[in-house]
Amino acid sequence: MLEEIKTKQLNTTKADYKSDQVVKWCAGCGDFAILSAVQSALVESNVRKEDVVFVSGIGCSSRFPYYMNTYGFHGLHGRGAAIASGIKVANPKLDVWHITGDGDSMAIGGNHFIHLVRRNIDMNVILFNNKIYGLTKGQYSPTTPRGSITKTSPDGTIENPFKPGELTMGAQGSFFARVVDTEPKRMKEVFLEATKHRGTSMVEVLQNCVIFNNRIHSEITGKDVRDDHQIHLEHGKPMIFGKEKNKGLVLRASRLEVVTIGENGITEDDILVHDAQNPDDTTHYMLVRMTLPEYPVATGVIRFCEYNEPYDAELESQVERAIEKSEMKSVQELIETNSFIVD
Amino acid sequence: MSKKTSKVIEVDAIVVKFAGDSGDGMQLSGSQFSDTSAFAGNDLSTFPDYPSEIRAPQGTVAGVSGFQLHIGHKEIDTPGDLADVLVAMNPAALKANMKWVKSGATIIIDIDNFDNKYYKKAGYIEDPLGDGTLDGYNVVKAPISQLSKSSVKDLGVDSKSAERTKNQFALGILYWLFNKDLKFGEEFIENKFGSKKPLLAEANKRVLRAGYNYAETVEALHTTYQINPIKNRKGRFRNITGNIATAWGLMAAAERAGMELFLGSYPITPASEILQELSNMKHFRVKTFQAEDEIAGINAAIGASFAGDFAVTSTSGPGLALKGEAIGLAVITELPLVIIDVQRGGPATGLPTKLEQADLMQALYGRNGESPCVVIAASTPANCFHYAFMAGKITLEHMTPVILLTDGYLANGSELWNIPVIKNMPEINPPFVEDNTEYQPYERNKDNLARYWALPGQEGLRHRIGGLEKEDITGNVSHNPLNHERMVHLREEKVQKVADVIPEIKVSGEESGDLLVVGWGGTYGALVSAVKDMQEEGKKVSLAQFNYIKPLPKNTAEVFGRFKKIIVCELNMGQFVNYLRMNLPEFDYLQYNKIQGLPFMISELKEKINKILEG
Repeated sequence: MLEEIKTKQLNTTKADYKSDQVVKWCAGCGDFAILSAVQSALVESNVRKEDVVFVSGIGCSSRFPYYMNTYGFHGLHGRGAAIASGIKVANPKLDVWHITGDGDSMAIGGNHFIHLVRRNIDMNVILFNNKIYGLTKGQYSPTTPRGSITKTSPDGTIENPFKPGELTMGAQGSFFARVVDTEPKRMKEVFLEATKHRGTSMVEVLQNCVIFNNRIHSEITGKDVRDDHQIHLEHGKPMIFGKEKNKGLVLRASRLEVVTIGENGITEDDILVHDAQNPDDTTHYMLVRMTLPEYPVATGVIRFCEYNEPYDAELESQVERAIEKSEMKSVQELIETNSFIVD
Repeated sequence: MSKKTSKVIEVDAIVVKFAGDSGDGMQLSGSQFSDTSAFAGNDLSTFPDYPSEIRAPQGTVAGVSGFQLHIGHKEIDTPGDLADVLVAMNPAALKANMKWVKSGATIIIDIDNFDNKYYKKAGYIEDPLGDGTLDGYNVVKAPISQLSKSSVKDLGVDSKSAERTKNQFALGILYWLFNKDLKFGEEFIENKFGSKKPLLAEANKRVLRAGYNYAETVEALHTTYQINPIKNRKGRFRNITGNIATAWGLMAAAERAGMELFLGSYPITPASEILQELSNMKHFRVKTFQAEDEIAGINAAIGASFAGDFAVTSTSGPGLALKGEAIGLAVITELPLVIIDVQRGGPATGLPTKLEQADLMQALYGRNGESPCVVIAASTPANCFHYAFMAGKITLEHMTPVILLTDGYLANGSELWNIPVIKNMPEINPPFVEDNTEYQPYERNKDNLARYWALPGQEGLRHRIGGLEKEDITGNVSHNPLNHERMVHLREEKVQKVADVIPEIKVSGEESGDLLVVGWGGTYGALVSAVKDMQEEGKKVSLAQFNYIKPLPKNTAEVFGRFKKIIVCELNMGQFVNYLRMNLPEFDYLQYNKIQGLPFMISELKEKINKILEG
């Protein structure tokens, strides 16, 4: 209730977040929906628009900051995470968003990605995963499925793809969510969850590149299949999915297994309840790894933990403590230590 | 502390070299003796010389760590060519340093380590004590290890710690030899071990005294030396290394600008101390970000700069190579950023602990596109403070990245520093913008062409910048051909405008003459010493040492024109001389280059300069 009142006081609308620049993505690109969902989330998020900073690397997705009427920084290929880290550490009051793609964050910026997550700097990251290089026109990316034929893999890729969720878990991530670009309402909800989380909030958006990798996610997002091929997770709720809402996940012999409620004596009580806040990430790890056809693909907020202070807040308190403890007030005093006067 | 039998000779200057295994505490001994000499009012210059391996095999020449110290009654500009006194803790230390001592020098050895086992490790075939190697030297064979251990026997320190006190024994001998007050040495030990390790403090103090008493007692040392305090020098002083001076200069600039200092960096020899020092300065609101690599270090700094901190990144040559792309980003976003390059021998990993003026061309040109930066270079350990401060002032007021070049010799070397009063240093006024004003990100100050700086969080100033070419004034992305050409020229002109605020080049010596010796950065000490010597010999030689390289001081051509010949001396293949040939092609330049990982020796400079004057 309090939040609603505050929101009203801030009195922002979606239009406040639209910049005067012409949006130059291809017609039909998934990025438009993401941009719109972010703007909607910001209106509801109760932050001062002057405090919002969008930072990106290079790629189609990384043009994003130009289309937001906030502070924005369009960086270098792969380096957005490092730039965003510097911004947030320098001024922890800012609401920092890092926009990246699968090439930007998983290839050239892979190192910065894992270290950002490991440090747990308080920012929201949106990783546009279209499993292809779009801006350079169609080469395979680190998330392209093995065997895919692209401009640089005429005989099929012979590399195993990364799953951003696995890397996030491996780097001790405190927040991971996955969402598809065809569901604007859910996108907005997930982005709002990300803003509520203190620490690095990693959101993977399965985004469609209409030109170079069209329908790459259609097995997950297609209207006819999505209910059976996606499981949308919500904290505290049983992991149930399917058109008939009769499928669920159970844990058997340390493995997740898909079961049907009503078959083989399975009832709703047997189905795992999603605990996004469990510091132990074992189950979250299994959830982010689920792939078709054995499993549905997990979407929603898979992990939401705040077991560590974010880096920026911790550093700020170290600074405050150091100031409190120190008797030295000026650099002059510092440079005069161990000195002597010659008359 | 009476001097019973020996006679005291007053000398102007003395060069001492400490040498031992990397774990023998030679760096500590050197620092301790430097501080003592500074407190005694001597001028000084030091240089540590250590291997890149942390602990190379014990007793081998590769594992020898050295510390050279030049103290004097007159002005001291270099750590000295050759040593008057060598302390050699083992045969390897002797072997590694014999060619760097003067003939007739005093050589103090730890006789306990001079046996066949150590000779073999050091690669001696014959016993150097018996084969004539040391004929003509004053050799003091002191049982340092044994006497150190026995003097702490009853204290109950463990044998390893007892063994480690032996550097203090050698130092004690030097305190006696140079009539230094043990009080300063004891205070140094107290500060080092403090109240946390009182036992170790006591052991070290006791061994220091034991060394002193030993020297007084043995008859090997007939003479002691007195180096009187330097005259005509007033003010507040301390001993300081280049890396610490650099860190503090940045802090002074932050304080003067009323800003917080942010350092994004990755550890690299010989620059790591800047990161370490600033990591301990949180009580001044200094934030350090030890990044995952060089690239993240500079990009985080660029982010911090965008957010409104005084941002810095520090590195050495290989790191500067990795930072190239991001320096270009700072150039095109026109954000303040200081990049410190503590140069070392290259290419690739090269010579991490050795000296080379390796990166001038890289600093000037090592980026894609037309990517101009201000390039400046410090020239003594202490003036790293001044140039770090000036790097801050220029970057914050001119909205352009500044590359500050120092080197391993300045960084780890030390000298006496006349401490400035910070509040008397120039003001720093970044071009900040008031909230809710009409703001165009690439509108410029007409005088210096700096764009104005609006910070995230400010009301009514929301804007976007980035690495794509900017439209003049608005800062919107632009691929317009004429706009690009205009922006390229604007960024270059903005850097050239810095020439309006930097000092003119001043020569050491006569304003005109037969020969102008030209140097830049850290070679100042050796060049000025050589030139002064030759001036005293009546030769018409002057020195122009450059600290501001891009842009060059405005009077550079005028000064060059007043000399018959110009020779540019550098520790590389001729990077500055070629820069001068390009910028001031109307002059003929001779050049003298050395690329051995070592500083210039005054003697070799004089030899070269004399040849030119004769020819």
